Parts: sequence; structure tokens; C-alpha cells
Amino acid sequence: MARRAQPVGRRAGAAVALGLVALTLGTLGAVAWRAVGTWGLVEGLGPADWAALRFTLLQAGLSAVLSVALAVPVARALARRRFFGRRALIALMGAPFILPVIVAVLGLLSVFGRGGILNAGLAALGLAPLSIYGLHGVILGNVFFNLPLAVRLILQGWLSIPAERFRLAAALGFGPSQIARQIEGPMLREVIPGAALAIFLICLTSFAIALTLGGGPRATTIELAIYQAFRFDFDLGHAALLAALQFAISGAAMLLALRLTLPQASAAGLDRPVERWDAASPWLRAQDAVLTTLAALFLLTPLALIVTQGLPTLLSLPGIVWTAALNSLAVALASALLATAAALALALAISGPRPALYEAAGMLPLATSPLVLGTGLFLILNPVIDPSRLALPVTALSNAAMALPFGLRALVPALREVEASHGRLADALGMRGLARLRLLIVPRLRRPLGFTLGLAAALSMGDLGVVTLFAPPEGGTLPLQLYRLMGAYRMNEAAGAALLLLILSFALFWVFDRGGRADADT
Amino acid sequence: MKLSMLAAGLLALALGTAAQADEKPVLTVYTYDSFASKWGPGPEVKTAFEKTCGCTLKFVTAGDGAALLSRIRLEGKRTKADVVIGLDTSLTAAARKTGLFADHGPLPKLDMPVTWTDPTFVPFDWGWFAFVYDKAKVKDVPRSFEALAKSNLKIVIEDPRSSTPGLGLLLWVQKLYGDKAGEMWKRLAHNIVTVTPGWDQAYGMFLKGEADMVLSYTTSPAYHINVEHDDSKGAALFDKGNYMEIEVAGKIAGTKHPKLADAFMHFITTEAFQKLIPTTNWMYPVIKLSSPLPKGFAEYRPKISLLYPSAEVPKIKDKALAEWRDALSQ
Amino acid sequence: MLTLENLRLTHGDWTLEADLNLAAGARCALIGPSGAGKSTLLGAIAGFMAPTRGRILWQAQDLAQLAPGERPVSILFQDNNLFPHLTAAQNIGLGLRPNLRLSTAEKARVAEALGRVGLADYADRKPAALSGGQQGRVALARALLRARPLLLLDEPFAALGPALRAEMLDLVASICSETGATLLMVSHDPGDARRIADQTIVIGDGRAAPPQKTEALFADPPPALRRYLGTN
Repeated sequence: MARRAQPVGRRAGAAVALGLVALTLGTLGAVAWRAVGTWGLVEGLGPADWAALRFTLLQAGLSAVLSVALAVPVARALARRRFFGRRALIALMGAPFILPVIVAVLGLLSVFGRGGILNAGLAALGLAPLSIYGLHGVILGNVFFNLPLAVRLILQGWLSIPAERFRLAAALGFGPSQIARQIEGPMLREVIPGAALAIFLICLTSFAIALTLGGGPRATTIELAIYQAFRFDFDLGHAALLAALQFAISGAAMLLALRLTLPQASAAGLDRPVERWDAASPWLRAQDAVLTTLAALFLLTPLALIVTQGLPTLLSLPGIVWTAALNSLAVALASALLATAAALALALAISGPRPALYEAAGMLPLATSPLVLGTGLFLILNPVIDPSRLALPVTALSNAAMALPFGLRALVPALREVEASHGRLADALGMRGLARLRLLIVPRLRRPLGFTLGLAAALSMGDLGVVTLFAPPEGGTLPLQLYRLMGAYRMNEAAGAALLLLILSFALFWVFDRGGRADADT
Repeated sequence: MKLSMLAAGLLALALGTAAQADEKPVLTVYTYDSFASKWGPGPEVKTAFEKTCGCTLKFVTAGDGAALLSRIRLEGKRTKADVVIGLDTSLTAAARKTGLFADHGPLPKLDMPVTWTDPTFVPFDWGWFAFVYDKAKVKDVPRSFEALAKSNLKIVIEDPRSSTPGLGLLLWVQKLYGDKAGEMWKRLAHNIVTVTPGWDQAYGMFLKGEADMVLSYTTSPAYHINVEHDDSKGAALFDKGNYMEIEVAGKIAGTKHPKLADAFMHFITTEAFQKLIPTTNWMYPVIKLSSPLPKGFAEYRPKISLLYPSAEVPKIKDKALAEWRDALSQ
Repeated sequence: MLTLENLRLTHGDWTLEADLNLAAGARCALIGPSGAGKSTLLGAIAGFMAPTRGRILWQAQDLAQLAPGERPVSILFQDNNLFPHLTAAQNIGLGLRPNLRLSTAEKARVAEALGRVGLADYADRKPAALSGGQQGRVALARALLRARPLLLLDEPFAALGPALRAEMLDLVASICSETGATLLMVSHDPGDARRIADQTIVIGDGRAAPPQKTEALFADPPPALRRYLGTN
């Protein structure tokens, strides 16, 4: 076919990619441009910056490796066991990922802190208390946040293995180790680099967890150094330089992950429940049960404490908090629609030739410093329009960009699957462009689209985003009110607002994710 | 295609907001977020000032004092602010350097532990930094950094790079120990449970029992006494003094509403404004009020007030930060 | 007339060559060992694989510039011939308009086609609620409506039992008579070939031989076909 046209146009995908580049590198450029225009040449990096770089790489690398290493056995246990409440457990275990950082940190401290239940238990047993603060605390915090994501991505990989292959393995008398080598190994090599990369990039730009749980300035990340450059030194050039460094590291990490990924020909297996004949031994059953329980305890205990601490004040929250919740809901819905449409357009472009460029554009937001993005947008918009009028739309836009990479991870493999199973039929019938999108792709991608909508809505709900830089309107957003309550000593009401935030984020995720699954024809 | 739809949406929203503008002149006041929040003085300040000014007071917020200054610097001469309220004495030197602020008019008699000589900025409240503790847990309250370093008390502090109290503590130790400040930080290192990005996390962790003391303000116990009727918190007063924070406002020289801006600058030091400060910002008013201060304000007044002249802050803060970082990074 | 002119298809070190004509209106079976390239040849005609050499022509028009959906071809694959999320009627309607925006007249034609394959009452069922035979009929009804001059079957009925398969082939035969389509079908079973194909192309040893009369061919099979049939 000399002239086999792209079945669905890539123009929308190209527009999204350009938009992302503008939003990430463009805002960085705006900050750098302003810096050079004001102060001339930018100084190089100092020893403190290099120390921050080393610590950032160390904590992000360890967190990514550990999250993925722990997620593999947990995902395997969830993939090969059926038990009551499994579906609810998988959904609930995803909750930490959508929590605002401050809520998650306080939840973690309720369990692992000096006054937490773990140390209370140790004290009751007459044992010395454990300290959460230090590198191990940073890793613990990052794993708490990112284990759910890793489990989810890897579990998807497991469920994408056609049931027929396990049947074949059972017929051939494969034991667990042979299955691991022949079937699960190749799948993991396809899934793990992407999952580890995503977590590495998330941890790269974190600073609140690192600083709070790291115990002091030795836990300085690049993002905190950017913060310092902005508000302590007001050295925009230095901030831009550090942000560029962050992009460079992300780029290197992406290249590495790309080389490690073993692309697997996707097989169009029927979506039957995965029956496993190899894992029936009592020892393996016990192992899976223990793993699932431990992971659930680790992820759910802090959540349970957030719930119990928030319940007393939940219903008596002042009206403005509810107004803020409505604002946040509106922003979350807009952001979810935007993120999903953009992720779909980009995923379509990625399924065509030269996917690497589009893939990279899709990962850019993960490497972006929210502070630089917000400041850059401010610099760009300020001469044109009063930024305070755009606070909510800009928040929706930046939240959508931040959620897009996760949607992409869910959509791209699913899209490949659809094209592999029904692409030729659609080609043969001449289904192209919008018709193909409407009649084939969207209906076949309901599950990952629902997941993307849900995740984007939930992430947006919990994200403070750039709203503070843009002078929020009356009411602000729910995370902003949460911070305001804390800033006004009202820690109990803040706990109620945190619970409200948790409930709304989770409900949004649940509704969309379930909606995508309901009567999905397999 | 999608982006253009988005742009259209943004524009529609922006125009929608613009259409609400009314006839009265609008005085734009930049402030930090918690000043304008429901629990801050903002809403009542707005009501009180609008009663007399025949104008609309509009707050535009940035995260905190330092973010506020960053925003003014980013906007430069194009700023839409008429007045900025919420900088503090560690920022005024940098703020003055922007050349954007106009000098203030005559001030009434101020009630502060230090004499106010700044020609540009007008103070609107002040207080002392202090370590706040739980009376039930801390019986032997330290009266100096030395005593704190000798004790096994655990403290949570804020990072000077991202928080105002954190910077205050940095200057406090620097002021007391000068060239030996790094040494003092080394001695304190074992007391420090952790360093948080902001005051809210630190205070939240303290209330959760993560530490015996937290870096906050001498007026923090007053909040618990007056709002929660809880007398369990105290603030440690140090014999060699506690460091001060004075929060200030300034008029933008290029304002399009100079008369309104002057009226607001004057309003700041009147009783109508000042009486709101103690129970919203939980700081001391800058004039003597006709009514007594809330319970708890009188108990925790250190004998010595420490404060660097604002012009000196930029010269010492980088070196102080480097010493702090080195001492606590080991 | 379908012309494969000096055609070569390659996939790694695997190659298939063909240089043959098939008269319009012919019904031709494609027979040969597995891996010989029967499906690949159909795929190339349908536009899913570009030849490395030579041309594919229909009525003297080179098809190379046409996308699969634009070719004068209807193809039924081994599986996945229906979209599982669309009803039988919708799946058939795609044969008229790939965007499913059907006029009333076109909807009537869909209903008529459903009736023609004996599924008048199954219009709103999704494939999961249809048996294998019924699924095959829906796919055939769609081919009937598309009425393209070339009908390519890549063993879509291989999973059906002999009786049902015979029924399907009869349906194919009558559709071809109605639409005057030229049929090219992959087959493993000489019985199937004899049942509806008057001509047969034997594929083997990297070559597709020109079509021959089916009866004559099976009466005196060449060595390659004999090896395949296992009759010595």
C-alpha cells in the first residue's frame, strides 16, 4: 500500500503534543527569557545544587525500584486469586495515589510517626521506637504514594496475557518458575520499565514528602532548590536552569526505559477470567494471602486514620469549604475531559509511525516543575489578560496536563490491542477518521477511557496545582481551603476537609472507572 | 482544534467575569492567601473599608509573603496592585529595591517593642517567633537555645527556603550567635525531628504528637485558649530574646487611585482595622486598642525583642542559610 | 479480470510469487499446505500488504494506490469479522456506510439482507449472543450489501462443523450468483473446493500456480497437490 493513509488523523495528536511542549518547555522558556532579559547571563550550578541533584536521583531511583519490586508480587497475587472483595480492594488500594501530599503525609505519620500507632504498639511491647525520618522515610512515603500506581500498571500487564497461554502452560505441565520465565517474564519486561519510569519521574519533582520525611536539608531535592531560587533568592535564571536540569534527567531516564523495554507483539486473546492451574499449592496460596494483606494494611491503614480523624468535623464544615468543593468538582470534570480527549488524540498518534516523539511529549508533564509551569504561564498570560480571571481554567488545564501521562499508559496498549484485533476489519470496511473513532475506538476503549477520566478527575481534585499563583477567586478550590484551614490553626476542620477531599476524589474515580466497565462488550 | 476550543472557553470565562465590573472605582490590594481567607482579617477589612471609601476593595492573593513579593517582581511596573499588604521585615529591603513602592504619610503613635523608622512601609501587625509546646508533656521549658540543645526535647522546624517562620528562626539564631551560629545549629541537630516546607505541616505534626515543640509564634497559645478553650499550650520565652516579625503594607507608586490607596494606607493603622488583627491573624496590633487584647496575649511577652534592621537581611541571609544547611546536612 | 502480474510478496526470507489471471465471475479455491502463503496472498489483494515487486490489477486497474476500504474487495478473515460492541444490524450497516449514518432506505436494505441470511429476528443481538454460524451469516450479509466485485474468504467458516460449513458455502455461492462477484477462497478441504469452486489455484514451493479446472485438477493432481492431499 503505497498510500495507506493513517486510519485516524494525527493532526489532533500533533496539536496536543505541541500544546504539551508549549505548556512545559514553553513555560520554562518564558521564565528563562525573563531571567536573561533582566539579569543577563545565568550562573552555573553550585555545590548545593549538585548535592540536591544527587539526593533527588537517589530517592527517585530507590523509590521507583522498590515500588516496582513490591508491586510485582502483589500484582501477581491479585492476578491469580479470586476472593470476596477483590475488586473493591484493588480500587481502594489505588486511593493513596490520588491524595494531596499533605493529607497523605499526615496519614502516614498517624501510622509510622513518633506518635503513630506503630510506635505505640512497639512501646506496649517494650521495644524501642522506630524513627520514620530519614532516607528510609522518604522512600516509605514515595512507595506509599506510588505502589498503587505500580500495582495497577503491572496488574494490567498480567490481565493482558491471554488466558489461552496459561491453559497451554498448564497442558504442558509448567510449574510456577517456568510460567514466570516463559510467560510472565516477557510481560514484565514490557511493563516494568514504563511503570518504573513513571514513578521515577513523579518522585523527581516531589519535594514536600522528601523534605518532611527526610528530616532536614540533606533531603533537598531539585524541586526544593527551584523553590529556593524563586522565593528565597528570587533568581529566575537559576530556577530555569534547575528546571532544565530536571528535564534533562527525565529525558535520560526515558531513553533508558525505552532501551530496556521489550516490545511484545500484542495478542488478541479473549477477555476471559484468568484461570491458573499452576498456583494451587497451599504454600503459594498462603504467600499470596500474606502479600495481599500486608499491602492492603500498608496502604489502607493511613487512609482509615484519615477517615476516623476527619469524620467528627466532616458534616460541620463551613459553607465556603463546600463552595470550594463545587469549584474543585467543576475543575476536576473539565480537567478530566480535557486530559482524556488529549490523551486519546496523543495515543492515536503514538499508534502510528514515529511514536517516540509523541511518547516523549506525553511524558513531559511528569518532568515539569509545577512552580516553573505556573510562573511561566503567569509571565505569558499577564501581559495579555488578568491572570486572576483565569485561575480555574488554568488550573484545569495544568491538572489535565499532569494527568495525561497516566491516561496515556492505559490507552496506548489498549489501542494497540484494538488495532490488532479489529483494525484490519475496519480498514477493509473503509472505516476512517471520525467514523472509526466513534464506531470502533471509543466503544472498544471504554475501560481505559473510563480509567483515564476517573484518574484525571481524582488527581485534579486533590491537586493544589497552580491555582495559588493565579489568585484564586472566591471559594478557591478544596485543597486550597484545606491549606487555609490548616493555616488558620483549624487542624480538626482541616481533617474534615481532607476526608471530604478523599471521598470526592475516590467517588469521581469510582464512578468513571465503573462507568467504563459497565456492559463493556468483550 | 481542541486547543482552540479551550482558548475560546477561557476567553468566554474571562469576559464573563469582566462583565460583572461595576461603576465604583476598584482598589486592588495584593495580599497573601490566608489574609484574605474566611478565617483571616480580609473579609472584615473589606467590609469596614468599603463603608467609608465609596469604592470596591478587591483582594488578589499570592501564597504567602515571599510569594507576594515574587509576584510583584514578576509584574514589575505593569502591576495592577494599588497597595500590597503582607510583606514582612525580612522582605522589605528587597521590596524597596524594586522601586515600585511610594513612601507613606504620617503615622499615628505606634505600640511596638521597636521604633519604626521605615519611610516606605507601614506596619500592620507584629509578633515574636517562639517554640510552642504542650504543657502536659514539657515540664522543664527551655529558656535558651543552649538549654534546648542540652535537653532531649524534639522539635519540628520550618525550612527557611520555603517558609516565613523558618527564615525567622534562621535570623534568630544568626542574631544571637553570629559567627557561631553554625555551631549552634550543629548542637540543635539532634533535637530536630524534621524540617517541613511550611508552617501548617509543622504545626499539624506538632498537634499529632510528632514533636514536643514546634516553631511558631508566642501568640499561638492564645488561639487555643480563645477559640478551643484549651489552655494546654504554652510558648517558650528565651532569656536572650525572641526574634520578631513585623508585617507591613506599602503603596504602589504608580497606582491609578492614589487617593484611595492613601486612604487605605491610613485605614491600616486605625482602630477599625487593628481591632481585627488579634483574633484573625493572631498577631499583636500596632496601636493601643481601646479594648484589652484576648487572653494569652499578655502571658507570653519576651523581655527582649530581636530584629535585624531590614537592610541587613539580604547581606546575611545567604551565608546564614549555607551554615544552616551544612550544619544540618551532616 | 483479476491479474497478478509478476507479483512477489516477501516477509523476511519467505517469498511467494504469482503471475496469473482469474476471469471475472470465476469462483476459485486457493489450496496448499499451511505456511504456503494463502492468507498472505488474500491480504495483499485486500491491501494489507504491499508487494515487493509486480502489480495487482482488477479490470486492468492497478490497485496499489487504493486503501483497503477503497478496493473493489470484500474480505472475510479467519476470525474477528464482526465488531463485538455493535449489533448484527449495525455490523451489516457498516457495509453500506462506514460511518453508520444510514438513510431509511439503507436501513430497509439492512433488514432485507438480514432476512436474506435468515436472521430477520436477530437484528439487535450483539455477536456474543449469536452462534458461530449466525455470526458467519451476519458477515456474509454485510458482504452481500457491499456488493464488491471481488469476494475474498480466508477460511471464515473453518471452525464450523461440516454440515454448517456446507450451508455457509451454499449461501456464499448464491450471493456470488446474485452479485456476480468473483470469489477467491482459501480452503483446506478438497470437498469445499469441489462444492462451489469451478477453478483452483494451488500454492506451494513459493509459487501460486495459474488457476485450473477444479474437477480436472483433482482427477489428476500434480505432485505438489498430491503431497498435500496425501494421495500417492
